[in-house]
Amino acid sequence: MEKPIQKPAIRWHILVFIAPAFLIYTAIMIVPLFGTLQLSLYKEIEGAKVFVGLENFNTLFGDPRWSESFWNALVNNTWFFVVHMLVQNPIGVLLAALLSTNTLRMRAFYRTSIFIPTILSFVIVGFAWKLILSPLWGVAPNMLDAVGLKFLFAPWLGKEEYALTTLALVSVWQFVGIPMMLIYAALLSIPDEILEAAECDGITGMSQFWKIKLPLILPSIGIISILTFVGNFNAFDLIYSAQGALAGPNYSTDVLGTFMFRTFFGFQLQLGDPHMGSAIASAMFVVILCGVSIYLFGIQTRLRRYQF
Amino acid sequence: MKHKTIKMMLMASTVLGSAITAYAADATLTIESWRNDDLSIWQEKIIPAFEAKNPGIKVKFTPSAPAEYNAVLNSKLEAGSAGDLITCRPFDASLALYDKGYLASLASLEGIGNFSDVAKSAWITDDGKNPFCVPMASVIHGFIYNADALADAGVSVPTNEAELFAALDAIKAKGNYIPMAMGTNDQWEAATMGYNNIGPNYWKGEEGRNALIKGTQKLTDEAWVAPYRQLAKWKDYLGDGFEAQTYPDSQNLFTLGRAAIYPAGSWEISGFNQNADFKMGAFNPPVQKSGDECYISDHTDIGLGMNANTKNADAAKTFLNWVSSAEFASLYANALPGFFPLSSEPVKLEDPLAQEFISWRGKCKSTIRSTYQILSRGTPNLESDTWNASVAVIKGNESPEAAGKRLQDGLASWYKPQQ
Repeated sequence: MEKPIQKPAIRWHILVFIAPAFLIYTAIMIVPLFGTLQLSLYKEIEGAKVFVGLENFNTLFGDPRWSESFWNALVNNTWFFVVHMLVQNPIGVLLAALLSTNTLRMRAFYRTSIFIPTILSFVIVGFAWKLILSPLWGVAPNMLDAVGLKFLFAPWLGKEEYALTTLALVSVWQFVGIPMMLIYAALLSIPDEILEAAECDGITGMSQFWKIKLPLILPSIGIISILTFVGNFNAFDLIYSAQGALAGPNYSTDVLGTFMFRTFFGFQLQLGDPHMGSAIASAMFVVILCGVSIYLFGIQTRLRRYQF
Repeated sequence: MKHKTIKMMLMASTVLGSAITAYAADATLTIESWRNDDLSIWQEKIIPAFEAKNPGIKVKFTPSAPAEYNAVLNSKLEAGSAGDLITCRPFDASLALYDKGYLASLASLEGIGNFSDVAKSAWITDDGKNPFCVPMASVIHGFIYNADALADAGVSVPTNEAELFAALDAIKAKGNYIPMAMGTNDQWEAATMGYNNIGPNYWKGEEGRNALIKGTQKLTDEAWVAPYRQLAKWKDYLGDGFEAQTYPDSQNLFTLGRAAIYPAGSWEISGFNQNADFKMGAFNPPVQKSGDECYISDHTDIGLGMNANTKNADAAKTFLNWVSSAEFASLYANALPGFFPLSSEPVKLEDPLAQEFISWRGKCKSTIRSTYQILSRGTPNLESDTWNASVAVIKGNESPEAAGKRLQDGLASWYKPQQ
């Protein structure tokens, strides 16, 4: 005998559980985002807020001074990102692979100590590294001296050609724990049967990593890349705490974040211009949106997933 | 039941708590400032002296970091959470605050009469009608030296440029001290303690500065490029790795007795007196040739204004009147040797180093920093560009002539009289 088809009851609990996160996210992320976009379409002319359409963007990209600063910051941002992709993520994968081998002792200790810098404040990291690398009182010159490599030392943070790379490496040092943890978790989730089957087929050691494990953790690596991308193009804190809002020497460490900060809030004798600042923030948003879209539609959909 | 009690208690404490703060706020003045170095002096000397005379008014001094002050203050004013009294940067930064209605006009304040027009010039509307900050202090630029280091190298205090570089060479040859303590990491020292320190001797102080504002001189003129030429020569006398040396690094280098000469602003005096245990002296920026008239940068640096939206306007005015009194001038000048009072009433200074600095007012002509009045109103900002150019010249990345040209092009791009 068939039961009569009942209309399913509205499941209120779903709404109730989603509501807080939705409301908070809307209030502190989505509304300000549109507020910023709106602000960038206005300009203050003689004390009054006037709608000027895309004029601020025209200035940003058309005026040689503004556009030079903008492209300089964007190129620096890109380099910051490239260093992270080439150094932080491979090292993260390597550390995770080492940690997940069964023969390693004191695994928990390594895991924790590599992860600790991640939870430190940017300000602490910035000042600590500034002191370590200080040519006057830093330990770096003395340590290099002790192994006879003093000639390699340069005041890295003060040289235009090295400053950005140095800061990128400091940031890598701080955040290498995140890809390590994510990959480590992904590696642990690979079932032992698959690895045993591989061993039966004679695939062990390095080739096991390349042929079995790496394809299985590719989706995690993809997620890490996108996190790195978003994090790096929003970078500000480390550069601000180490080099100040002028992002010296000679703007060589200027990223979109510091450029936006200087413009929005003003600096020393320069008064803040919230409208131009918002225009820069909107441009940052577009850059990040493009990057994320390329990843989502171009790469994410092509990754093969394996169900265990 | 229990739940309800707790709820009631929380409610009650919130209501009562806010009532108490509201009551206390009636008589509490908060001062916004960037002078975080002076916190203890305000708390221990200045505020108690005021509170003793004015029972019922409490004063809180809440400084933020110098480099962030303008940004922090602007946001606080916009949000309506700024203090009752605002420490004023000179010229346009404060003028903009007045124009936006954040600072109250002080034209009717009695105490404002105690100041000369020059002293008031940094905090007054362009038409000269509405002063909006009470002038507190000026700072004088020069060089502070370690007397032991000069004696060690056997040189006397330099009075002209040739003597300065001879002294630096002698100190460098002797090798016991870093000849000059300055770094380029924080950028502003190179411009403020470098370019604007030695520059007035070349552009003849007010004469050149006013000519630049009128448009009759250009930044590419010899008088404005020559200071860069001198800066370029400083490179050889700075410490190893000066590119990454920060402002506190330079201060420490000097007070630890490792450097001989420190391009200084007089605001360093109190800190140096505390930290250095050797004999210090000071000399004004050496002139090009002996017998030339000397000029010093005697920069109107600090004023105090009233938040136009303060709820404690009467108490704030009482405080401002007290700030313009001779009592405050003497208290402040002696508590903070190196910040020289602008009040017309004579003040006696006790600190020998501060006396040396202020004595230059007698023999040299005073001017203010060249970029501060009017010339930094536009984009690109001349002050920020001067920081950048001074650093580039010291490092040798840009020639003095190229730096002058770049600044002139930037200024001319928005400043009519220079076009």
